[in-house]
Parts: sequence; structure tokens; C-alpha cells
Amino acid sequence: MKRFIGFIKKEFYHIFRDRRSLFILFGMPIAQIMLFGFAITNEINNVDIAIFDHSNDASTKEIIIKISASKYFSIKQMITCEADIASVFQKGHVKAVLNFEKDFSKNLIKSNKATIQIITDATDPNTANTISNYVNAILQKYQKDLNKDITVANQIVPQTRMVYNPELKSVYMFVPGVMTIILMLVSAMMTSISITREKELGTMEILLVSPLKPIQVIVGKVFPYIFLSIINAVVIVLLSIFIFKMPVQGSLFLLGLESVLFIITSLALGILISTISATQQTAMMISLMGLMLPVILLSGFIFPISSMPQPLQVICNIIPAKWFIIIIKGIMLKGVGLQYVWKETLILVGMTIFFIGLSVKKYKIRLE
Amino acid sequence: MSISVSHISKSYKKVKALQDISFEVKPNEIFGLIGPDGAGKTTLFRVLTTLLFPDEGVAKVMDYDVVNDYKKIRNCVGYMPGKFSLYQDLTVEENLTFFATIFGTTIEENYDLIKDIYVQIAPFKDRRAGKLSGGMKQKLALCCALIHKPQVLFLDEPTTGVDPVSRKEFWEMLKRLQQKDITILVSTPYMDEAALCDRIALIQDGKILEIDTPEAIVKHYPKQIYNVRANNMYKLINSLKDYEYNHSVYPFGEFVHYTDSRTNFNPKDLIRYLETKNLSNIHIDKTVATIEDTFMELAK
Repeated sequence: MKRFIGFIKKEFYHIFRDRRSLFILFGMPIAQIMLFGFAITNEINNVDIAIFDHSNDASTKEIIIKISASKYFSIKQMITCEADIASVFQKGHVKAVLNFEKDFSKNLIKSNKATIQIITDATDPNTANTISNYVNAILQKYQKDLNKDITVANQIVPQTRMVYNPELKSVYMFVPGVMTIILMLVSAMMTSISITREKELGTMEILLVSPLKPIQVIVGKVFPYIFLSIINAVVIVLLSIFIFKMPVQGSLFLLGLESVLFIITSLALGILISTISATQQTAMMISLMGLMLPVILLSGFIFPISSMPQPLQVICNIIPAKWFIIIIKGIMLKGVGLQYVWKETLILVGMTIFFIGLSVKKYKIRLE
Repeated sequence: MSISVSHISKSYKKVKALQDISFEVKPNEIFGLIGPDGAGKTTLFRVLTTLLFPDEGVAKVMDYDVVNDYKKIRNCVGYMPGKFSLYQDLTVEENLTFFATIFGTTIEENYDLIKDIYVQIAPFKDRRAGKLSGGMKQKLALCCALIHKPQVLFLDEPTTGVDPVSRKEFWEMLKRLQQKDITILVSTPYMDEAALCDRIALIQDGKILEIDTPEAIVKHYPKQIYNVRANNMYKLINSLKDYEYNHSVYPFGEFVHYTDSRTNFNPKDLIRYLETKNLSNIHIDKTVATIEDTFMELAK
């Protein structure tokens, strides 16, 4: 036991004396959560648009006022000739142009039909889609106000309710994902690097020629990172609660336990990586390419798994992060208990045992 | 026997690192492995410290087999790899404490063993190991390898890259350790250090050329060696190499060590020959063979 404590003490010296690893450990989580929380967002706010108003009458003015009053759009400029539409897009000043037809009001009253053209810059298809939806919604509302005295027969009134995230805040989606990335990064990358560092510097040779058992070396290397990852998880949850006002509907205790489980899964992966790589550089490349990319792309964090092609969906299943994201989204947003996420939890447990078993088998008690 | 090696062979893919190596190290002996870089010294150390499997043969340390009883060996040996292998970001004292702890002991417990060495690095005990000078690093590494009072000490090129004064001090320490009942297997590429060992094995290309005491090895040298000196070293070597009766020509400091292939060699003939090559200030004296000469002769 004394040996073990001595070993862990040494590990902490390494971590606290290396500015780079300290930064990755504590700077990165905070920076990432802030970035995803504030800067990177799917919502649209204050999108610059231009208006091309051929009629300039009461109705168009009313619509324009309504649009500029919404927080989604700000009217950047008024266009007066057809050729300007192309040029404002090319200059990239605006994301959309609203083109009102001639005699808008007259048409609306006389023939009960007036047209407005919505032109959006679809270089970013998601934004273009959202913009057109928002404009449509505003127009429909205006139309409804116009017709409020008239009853239309056979009306279908959709009543939409967004549960678990009524304000559609994207930070709700990002926090679980960022937490997953960070726990994975800290646990897997840092442990694999710290174990391969011993190999690279030759100290592993001395550790091997000592009475320390392999399991003591591995657990000793991994233990500080379990501890630090837990601190990270707590920091992320606190940040999301207090800064992004993200509710934790479910039990904090369960969230904690599941996080520890995922940390151990990642550590096991880290150990596995360290057994197959000889240098710190290799370990880092494998961690980044082999773990980070799949976590970001295939875990359902940003891109929904259900819309991926079938073979990719199958591959997604072997990514531990996918299951962890399902679990923490369930606990944080839906407030579910273990009875709803036991299946995912079991899968993570299984993966952990598999990784640990494999790395113990691959751990070399000799140099070859 | 503290170490016994019989018919050990080891190959890496195409390179035969060790070929049929056999030797024994007696208790309380300083045994030197002398050979150039790439001779297989490090591989042999790794086999003996249980880090590598031998392909063939049996090796025992303190009567434990290196393959089957590796755990027991790891408890009773100290190993200092050729590459500096301590934690550079830990201080001198932290390194020592760490190695003491993982061997289940404390610095105080075995202080008498490392005292002589440790007092020299003690003034720097709060300095990070990475910031020490070469000689200091080796002294610290030796302390760390000794802290658990090993019965056998493996030192792989402990003095490579160390200044001559520190090298001398280092060997004095080894002599003192020997008096404390520690068997030492040490490798070195420096021939002058060979004379400080009790027995040496000359090793090249994975083969042992000869094993004996340094004195005996020198005595076995078959020829009379001459120190030859002249005004132009480069020209002298070339001329000697062109001389039809030369047996060996090696530069050796300010002299050239020369042996002749004839039994009735007369130095005057050589002087005459060298004078025809426009060399002047020619001196030829008899000298005794060194281990380096022996090595060169055997490695021919």
C-alpha cells in the first residue's frame, strides 16, 4: 500500500509540474464548455437581411415592421433594383432577401392573393432553412391577424410543444456532448500519454525491474486521472447549471455514478492505447484520431445517428460515447432514473470489462 | 555463482545480438563487459534483468532463472540502464524517495550504502533531475539503483558521456560497493576502465572473444608491441600500413602501436624504412600491451 501511495504521489508531481498537461486538464474543459455554450450555436439571432419592396404600401410596411421587430432578424439594407439582389449575396452582407411584388396591398385585397419571394443564401443549408421557416412563421401570423374575423371551414390547428427543452436552447444539447468529449480526452489521452512517456524515457524499464506488479503500475498511473476527471465532471455540471441555467432533472448521484463509469471506460481505453503505442506522439495521434473524431462525429452529439446510413449506424454502437450521451441526456434533461438507462449502463460496463481485460492481456511485463 | 549464463543467444529480426554467450560471475566480483557500441551488451543486460527472453540458453541470477523466476530476480537486483532513466521533472530527493518506496524501503534504512555517493549530490537535492550535469545524473541513478540494497547490481555503460574526473570517482564508488558484498556486472566501451574490473569479458558482434582477469588478458597478447612516434602522425600511420611486414598498426594517443609479423624483428629496419618515407624524429620503444591492443587483436 505504501508503494502504491508513493507511486500516486509521483504521478501528481508529474501532472502538476507539467504546464501543458495542467492546461489540458483544467483549461480545456472550461474553454470548451464556454465555446459550445456561447459561441457555437444552432439558433439564429439577428440575422442580417435585405428588403426589396416593389410596392411600398401599407401592408408591406406592416410586414417589414413585424420582421424587424422580431429578435431573429435585423434589416441591413433596402434594395431598389433587381441587380442588387445578386450583389448583396455576393458581398455576403445579408443571409436573405425578401422580395415583395408590385401592388402587394392591392393584390391582397382585390384578388385575395399577394406574393412575397424569400431568397436565402443556402451556402449554409441549415441556416437558410431556419431563416425561411422563421419568415414563414411571421407571415402566417400576419395572415391570421388579417383573417381573424373570417372562419375558415375544416381547419387543422397544429399545437406544437417542445418537451425537455421548451426554449430549444442548443446549450442543452452541447453540455452532455462536451462533457463526454472532455472526460474521454482527459481520461484516455492523458493516461495513454503518461504511460507511454514512461516507456519513451526508459523509466518503464526500471519500473519493470522492480517488485511493483503490473497492476500496481497501471492502477497507480490511472488513479490520479480518475480523481482529476471527477473534478472536471463536477466543474462542467456546475458551469452548466449556474452559467447556462441548464436544469439537472434527474438524480445528481446517478449522474455522478454514470460519469465515474464512463471515466473508467475511457481510462481502460487509454491503457489499451498505451499498450499498443511506443511513443507519446503515437499515443496522442491514436487518441485524437481514434477517439476524438468518432466521439464528435459518430456519438450522436452533433449529428443525429438516426439519419446516418445503415453501416455507420452499426459502427456508432461500438462507440462508448454514444451510450454515455444517451445516459446523461436522459438523466439531465428527461430526469429519468436507472430503470430507463440500465441497458446503456450495462453496455458501458461490458465495454469497460472488455477493454481492461484486453489491456491486461496486452500489458507487457517485459520489453518485447 | 551470482550470475551464470550458458549458451545464451538472442536475435532481433535479422540481427544476431547475442550468439552463444556463456560466462559466470562470482559473488562479490566486479565483472566487466567490454566492447564497442552494438556489441550486444545492452541486450545481455536486458536478458539478465528479465526484460527480454533469450532465444536459446539458460541464464541465472542469484540462482533464479531469468525466465521462470523473474519476479524473484526483480526483488534482488539493481539496474541502471544505459540511457538516463530517472524522472527528469522530479527533484533528486523525490526520485530517491520514490525508488526507495517502490522497493518497500526508505532512504534512512539503507543510507549507509549510498552515503558516500549521496553526499556528493546532496547539495543539489532540491534540483530537478533533468537539470543535473551528466556526472551528477549518473551518481543519482546509481543511488536509485542501490537504494534497496540489491545483491547484484547491473550497470549498463554507467560512465558513457561522463567527464574523466567523475568517471574516476564513479569507479572508486564501485570498488567501495564491492566491499559491501554487492556483485557488480558493468559494461563499458572504455578500455581503460576494464583494468579496474576483477574479470572482464571482451565482447564483439554478440560473441565473447575472451574472458579473464585484465592482467591475464594483457599477458595473452602474442606479440611485442612498439610505440612508434614521428614528426607526422598521419603520414606515419599510412607508411606503417604500407610496410610489408606489419602485423598491426593502431594509433594510440601520441604514439602508434605497431607489431611486426616477423619473429626476428629489428626496430632499426623499420626506422630505415620510415626515413625513406621522409619521416623524421622517429622513435621506437618497446611497450606492454593494453586491453585495447588485445581487443583489437582478438577482433581482427
